[in-house]
Amino acid sequence: MSSKPIVEARGIHKHFGAVHVLKGVDLRVAERELVFIIGPSGSGKSTLLRCLNRLEAPSSGSVVVDGIDMLDPKTDINHARQRIGMVFQSFNLYPHMTALGNVTLALRKVAGKSRTEAEAIGRAALDRVGLADRAEHTPGQLSGGQQQRVAIARAIALEPRVMLFDEPTSALDPELVGSVLEVMRSLRESGMTMVVVSHEMGFARAAADRVVFMDHGQIVEQGAPAEIFEAPKEERTRAFIGQIQRH
Amino acid sequence: MTNWERFLDTFFNGKVLARYWPDIAYGALITIELALLVVVTGIGAGLALALLRSVGIRPVNWAIVFVVDLFRALPPLVIIVLIYFGLPSIDVSPSGFVSTWLALAFVLMAFSEEIFWAGITAVAKGQWEAARSTGLTFGQTLINVVLPQAIRLTIPPLTNRTIAITKGTALGSVVAVTEILGQASSAVSNSYNPSPLMLGAAAYIIMFLPVVVLGRWVETRFAWKR
Repeated sequence: MSSKPIVEARGIHKHFGAVHVLKGVDLRVAERELVFIIGPSGSGKSTLLRCLNRLEAPSSGSVVVDGIDMLDPKTDINHARQRIGMVFQSFNLYPHMTALGNVTLALRKVAGKSRTEAEAIGRAALDRVGLADRAEHTPGQLSGGQQQRVAIARAIALEPRVMLFDEPTSALDPELVGSVLEVMRSLRESGMTMVVVSHEMGFARAAADRVVFMDHGQIVEQGAPAEIFEAPKEERTRAFIGQIQRH
Repeated sequence: MTNWERFLDTFFNGKVLARYWPDIAYGALITIELALLVVVTGIGAGLALALLRSVGIRPVNWAIVFVVDLFRALPPLVIIVLIYFGLPSIDVSPSGFVSTWLALAFVLMAFSEEIFWAGITAVAKGQWEAARSTGLTFGQTLINVVLPQAIRLTIPPLTNRTIAITKGTALGSVVAVTEILGQASSAVSNSYNPSPLMLGAAAYIIMFLPVVVLGRWVETRFAWKR
């Protein structure tokens, strides 16, 4: 594993009004690394993820992704975001467009591809998530798992340097989770750098390079999956892992 | 003369109908012209205001809300009269046609702004986030992702409101616009017979029934499965 960080967040604080959601978080992600962020609901893990592409602006701290200072007002944020793919819990596909339309919109409007070029790239991306035959379907005609895979295709079509996953399987029926994890596994094998907020502990154990445990807006502990899951050092980590595994 | 004959002679008098139908037809043309102008400018301005409001500049939004609430609160007839009789005091003398057009366009602008705005805010926040996360700008997201969804939501209330306000073209008769009602009333005065009013009613039905049917078709056509 290369040690060059592709994501470097330092001293991130985030306040929502009087609520202090992130209290000085540092996160470095190396190229080709898969980092898993776990923690109780309200621990700030999703907010941290959303600070990385500035969907939330941190109250203070710095975020550098692929050498770009994300918080510098001079940074072209729309250009920078092309390099950072994001997948959401609720898919957020555009309901008025086909799967292919969803995947090609940013290719045409942001990356400046022609329609023909964008459709070729879009179809290849849909093929990568196993949905080449669903290109002309609208989100309403697809299952949750298929919708989430289209959302992944929409992000990877832009050839991002990093992919952020915000609880990608939490809204899915159990039998549909596998197909999404399968796509994430193949992305991982292709060398994609990934930051994943999720409770899929089995996937974390099998695929993650590092697991980060957050609680009350801070990183409590981090390490290899085996360390965090089998031999956590902190009491809070132990309690959380215990609760998760009882399910 | 039986009651029935008297009724027919009063409201469907053949001689009067034959004498005055060209006037009513001319009035219908004026009404159509006025209605089209009101719909295009009113809805266009309403959409523009809603888009401007979504940019979220506070003082601008206060101004928009103030103007919109004002024109929603005032009766259209009051606005027509204010423009027609009020503006000449500052040396602007709009015709009755222009006064009616402006007044109804302002009212439709106000209502359609609120309808478009409601549609825009009804689109889930996740749609914005997904689009922005792929690098689309605010404007690109608004035009390509949010507005198409918002407009589908707005079609039923917008059709209703448009029909209601467009019928207000009849108010133009107060400021001497020779639209349907104006033509019909002068025909009634000249012929001492109310039959021309029936012609006017028929003209409104012929004009607006297709619009109502079209609105219903558009509503079903633009619905999509969620």
